[in-house]
Amino acid sequence: MGRARFAFGVLAFGYAFLYLPIAMVIVYSFNESRLVTVWSGFSFKWWQALFANEAMLQAAWLSLRIAFASATTAAVIGLAAGYALVRARRFPGRTLFGSLVVAPMVMPEVVMGISMLLLFVGSERLMGGPDRGFLTIAVAHITFSIAFVAIVVQARLTDFDRSLEEAAMDLGATPWVTFRTITLPLLLPAVGSGWLLAFTLSLDDLILTQFVAGAQSQTLPMRVYSSVRLGVDPQINVLATIVVSVAACALMLSGWLTRKKV
Amino acid sequence: MRAVIGVPFLWLGVFFALPFALVFAIALGTNNPDLVPPVELGFSFKNFALLFSDDLYLAAWLSSIRIAATSTLIALLLGYPMAYAIARAAPNRRPLLLMLVVLPFWTSFLIRIYAWMGLLASNGTIDQFLRWTGIADNPGTILGTEWAVHLGIVYAYLPFMVLPLYATLEKLDTGLLEAASDLGARPWQAFLTVTLPLSFPGIVAGCLLVFIPSVGEFVIPDLLGGTDTLMIGKVLWDEFFTNADWPLASAVAVCLLVLLVVPIAIFQRQQARSLERQ
Repeated sequence: MGRARFAFGVLAFGYAFLYLPIAMVIVYSFNESRLVTVWSGFSFKWWQALFANEAMLQAAWLSLRIAFASATTAAVIGLAAGYALVRARRFPGRTLFGSLVVAPMVMPEVVMGISMLLLFVGSERLMGGPDRGFLTIAVAHITFSIAFVAIVVQARLTDFDRSLEEAAMDLGATPWVTFRTITLPLLLPAVGSGWLLAFTLSLDDLILTQFVAGAQSQTLPMRVYSSVRLGVDPQINVLATIVVSVAACALMLSGWLTRKKV
Repeated sequence: MRAVIGVPFLWLGVFFALPFALVFAIALGTNNPDLVPPVELGFSFKNFALLFSDDLYLAAWLSSIRIAATSTLIALLLGYPMAYAIARAAPNRRPLLLMLVVLPFWTSFLIRIYAWMGLLASNGTIDQFLRWTGIADNPGTILGTEWAVHLGIVYAYLPFMVLPLYATLEKLDTGLLEAASDLGARPWQAFLTVTLPLSFPGIVAGCLLVFIPSVGEFVIPDLLGGTDTLMIGKVLWDEFFTNADWPLASAVAVCLLVLLVVPIAIFQRQQARSLERQ
């Protein structure tokens, strides 16, 4: 009995710690006052203000496009990387390959940011391009997202039942046909949740983006950061409410995708 | 198969490995504000010499490591009981409990840190609460101190601590605990001699996953810390964006990388080993 109560207390404290700050942000998005610490009445004023905020909407649109492009590319490359890690037992440089795939996950973002910017500046000098903006941001996001897709695919492939693939091969399917008709469909849920993870990470990234963005493009996190630096702003609370709701839906979708066919 | 290996290999080689070589090269150069970009290539170690002789940089290194280490410890003390309680919960409840730990990670990092700004500010929610309950009449502001930075790191990285701990605790054979108690061990003795040593891989993985990103953290010290909060990620950022000293910022990046090579290698080794075991 004492144990159950202890477990309950621990979880209650832990979840309160995780969720109370988020709950406060959501509550104050409906506050009337400009101060996000004093409740002065219910209002949709800041919701209207955010949806009339042209610069914020443009930044959100740019971020969504970058997230879509980079998650999709990262899903393809990450699928290949995860597949190679599990199925290609031996090839020259396999250890290096393994570290290269996982390293972006644990690399401090400031280090990755400065290094990628130097690469883009270098290529600008040598080849005259690409211009910093959509493309460079997407490339940076793809580079760190590959790891996350690869890990999910790798985990799925390690406890993979190979008898279906073997059956297909025995019946005369070529390796490519086997991959397309058996392996890929079974891996799709994992690729899908990897895609969602990559999409979320891209949408949220500030540091790497700030380094490689150039002067013209401003993503949503860059906008949020420059506004938040000056202090609390109720419009950011509204944005937070939207982000939290979308994330909750995405997570449920991802949980459903991975559970369905395991 | 060649393309399957080649494409990711080439991509990561060009966009991940090659840039690091550039960082090393630029770190050996000199800052020259008259050029665009403001770098004069060269071969001198004076940027590194500056990093190791200037008190400000040394203090930033030390306080980054200290803040990251204490935050990791706090996250462990908070995360371990949580992971333990989830692993011992009824199996049909575990997915939901885990999802609740992961959910904040899926929302914006920046916004989660922002949430604490309103809570910790003077006259913020916590301040008002303390006044209202009479616990403290005039509590000092927490925002802008190292306390707030610790809090932010623990808050942001707690899921990274709980998940690997849960993974090892969930697999733990409860028969071993029964055996221990049959042999006369008290619950806390069984915990110390059976559960704790067996969950060690999870502890190492969780601590590294919190420690590694915390050392180079920028957003948290920038938004929650004060002007006197020194962290190396912030130093790098300021050298680059404010002072436009690219070579010095690159040298900071190189040092940060060297500092983290050992923990990253331990982490990768452990990941590889646990994958093999499956």
